[in-house]
Amino acid sequence: MSRSARELPVWVDAGLIPFLNLAAAFLVTGILILIIGESPVESVKIMLTGAFGYGEGVGYTLFYTTNFIFTGLAFAVALHAGLFNIGTEGQAYIGGLGVASVCLALGGFPMPIVILLAIIASALFGAAWAFLPAYLQAKRGSHIVITTIMFNFIAAALMVYLLVNVLSPAGSMQPETRTFDESARVPLMHDFLAGLGMVIARSPLNLSFFWALICAGLVQVLIWHTKLGYELRVLGANPEAAVYAGMKPDRLIVTAMLISGGLAGFMALNEVMGSQNRLVLEFTSGYGFVGIAVALMGRSRPVGIILAALLFGALYQGGADLAFEKPAITRQMIVIIQGLVILFAGALEHMFRPQITRIFARRNPQLRGA
Amino acid sequence: MNENARSPAIKLSHINKQFGAVQANKDVSLEVERGTIHGIVGENGAGKSTLMSILFGFYQADSGGIFINGEPRTITSPSEAIKAGIGMVHQHFMLVGNFTVLENVILGAEGAFILSHGIAAARKELERLARDHGLEVDPDKAIDELPVGLQQRVEILKALYRGADVLILDEPTGVLTPREADHLFDVLRQLKAEGKTVIFITHKLKEIMAITERVSVMRRGEMVATLDTTRTSPEELAELMVGRRVLLRVEKGACRPKQTVLDVINLTVKDADGVVRVDDVSFSVRAGEIVGIAGVVGNGQSELLEAITGIRQPVSGEILLNGKPLACDAAEARQRKLAHVPEDRHRFGVVTSFNASDNFILGYQDDKKYQRGPFLDRSAIVSDSARNMEAFDVRPKDPNLRLGLFSGGNQQKIVLGREIDRDPDLLIVGQPTRGVDIGAIEFIHRRLMAMRDKGKAILLVSVELDEIRSLADRVLVMFSGKIAGECPPETPEQRIGLMMAGAVA
Repeated sequence: MSRSARELPVWVDAGLIPFLNLAAAFLVTGILILIIGESPVESVKIMLTGAFGYGEGVGYTLFYTTNFIFTGLAFAVALHAGLFNIGTEGQAYIGGLGVASVCLALGGFPMPIVILLAIIASALFGAAWAFLPAYLQAKRGSHIVITTIMFNFIAAALMVYLLVNVLSPAGSMQPETRTFDESARVPLMHDFLAGLGMVIARSPLNLSFFWALICAGLVQVLIWHTKLGYELRVLGANPEAAVYAGMKPDRLIVTAMLISGGLAGFMALNEVMGSQNRLVLEFTSGYGFVGIAVALMGRSRPVGIILAALLFGALYQGGADLAFEKPAITRQMIVIIQGLVILFAGALEHMFRPQITRIFARRNPQLRGA
Repeated sequence: MNENARSPAIKLSHINKQFGAVQANKDVSLEVERGTIHGIVGENGAGKSTLMSILFGFYQADSGGIFINGEPRTITSPSEAIKAGIGMVHQHFMLVGNFTVLENVILGAEGAFILSHGIAAARKELERLARDHGLEVDPDKAIDELPVGLQQRVEILKALYRGADVLILDEPTGVLTPREADHLFDVLRQLKAEGKTVIFITHKLKEIMAITERVSVMRRGEMVATLDTTRTSPEELAELMVGRRVLLRVEKGACRPKQTVLDVINLTVKDADGVVRVDDVSFSVRAGEIVGIAGVVGNGQSELLEAITGIRQPVSGEILLNGKPLACDAAEARQRKLAHVPEDRHRFGVVTSFNASDNFILGYQDDKKYQRGPFLDRSAIVSDSARNMEAFDVRPKDPNLRLGLFSGGNQQKIVLGREIDRDPDLLIVGQPTRGVDIGAIEFIHRRLMAMRDKGKAILLVSVELDEIRSLADRVLVMFSGKIAGECPPETPEQRIGLMMAGAVA
């Protein structure tokens, strides 16, 4: 009798509830903006225009979106296997090392080869950084949350060391590598489309965006249409059933984390090879962490992740414009807005669910009982 | 007593209770006469526990009234229920393991700020209760050191210490050996003789017939009948519980065992804490027979099953399947035609958040017929699972429905269907009818019998002695990790009960 197995229609679960969470976040934001003496309506207008109102803004929005798709997918794959991979930040960071190594070493090579090798290197480096926490979880039961957090710090320290002592060119005081050759860059979208006769505004948006969409498709197929995906989902939903079914949980844990780390590593393609064209300190700037909120909000499903990534991309770009237009709304205020969205969409994900479930149960007697 | 004697000890009138969308109690009325033992039967989810939780103040009814000795009462918390003279012994004991009996009895009723005052008073009271009711327990023993039967006695003492006139027992015999259950029945009869009222919740019809004077039957949240026990029969009660006629006994033909399929030799298994749970156990199961393992929960049956099916690595010993050694590998075991219906369905056997068809391939995800290149062949999985649901009469017959939305019996049919579908040589079944309604029990028993008649080997573990005795061809009794003895299923229940308690070999 205590069974609470009640189903909500998909559009409510994946549409209405995230919308309500978002609305609540914006409501609180609006109150905050009122308190500091600005107009919420005007602020929303500036943010929306900033994110979608002009070509360059759209480009930036999609550029950020690309980062969030990669990190959101990375987090989601691990989550399907029941693993809370907080380490996407560090894995993306080390992925950058892989990208930079290829780009620095193969400067003069044809662009498709460099890009292909950079894709492989970013995934390998990201996956390698996820391997040790995964192995420790699988074999020793060291909790993945703790180990991946620690590996983020190790990654940060390692990269400072490498950028200061090893990778910065002789005579440079900057903790960054030299700029990559022309052929070792992912083509920018406006250059690429200009080649096809289409003119769009200049922005850091580059072809990594398409790779992100392809990865979303691949993850969709992996999780829902392959045996490995099935095994990962069983492991995530009921680890003891996985053992019962003859699966090897330790191997699955490592596999899931390698895929997750690899996807996180791809983020470096967009940032390092697509935009900065050199390896700099802290290029990940929290995109890995935001990926957690993106994945949770997108219900760990690729389509949801793309939409949630777009939302956060717009928040980043629109927020930047808002901070620029309204001196009263500082950069910190934008971070607060983003934080509120993460809070309501991620941490307070179940806030409205019980009420909504009750309303729908009352309206639809089919949901009653079982 | 004269005036009050005419009004029932407990009267519930027109109780309604809704949980979210589920109507757990629908216009339920119940009268329990003073000084009687009143049984309440019903399948899982029939609303028995909800009704008692309302009486004991865990929940409040949406509407309806509670009358105690004829007076209307509102009970909003267990402490108010206790004040009204109601005590409850839960299915899962509410005891602190490393406290003594005495400390547990006064828990929440310490009586004074200085603990020793309360303890001294309680000790005297406990002695009196023990004397008057025949409920002897050493008050200074820690709970953990007591056998389950005595722990339950402490629960009863707790209720009596708080002045209970009405005692509610929720499935009290599930954890007891038949002998301990008999003791419990003696105690209850004694309490009745002293004028206490007992409400006895169970799903075991035999117990109802043995101990109650009146019995109320619940079905789907409604009270369908209240009868004098002497004027009814298990068959009638079963029919009232399910809503249709059910066969309580399985037709069992002659057993024609053939070659040995499973050989367990000197098997020893430890649990995660390093405690020996299976101690040097040897037995075999032949094709065409059902070997039943009887025993009280926690005597090593679970670990034995887990070791044979490749979930738990044994410490020593050997397992032979069709004459060849079987490694501890669930995948290999399945390939070699060992099927496993696990004891704890929700823990091992299913993923409740997956739909029925995804559950249908659990354990068989490597099967070639479900692969199409690098992908899973969804349509093959769905059509296979639909066919199997049809064959096992799963309702509703929807492979895309989430497993958690099926009833316990239908979930079990899905698991059983999946395991039988590959025509295994050896079927290992743990608690096949736990949490399963009577109608489905009949079906599951018939299926197991049909498997055996087809010449399959079946190893059956169950805590329901009746189930073992009606299905098995040979009965092994497990006690404290060892096989305490083997006997034919016709052996009198008392004798098997003694073996389960470790009293005879």
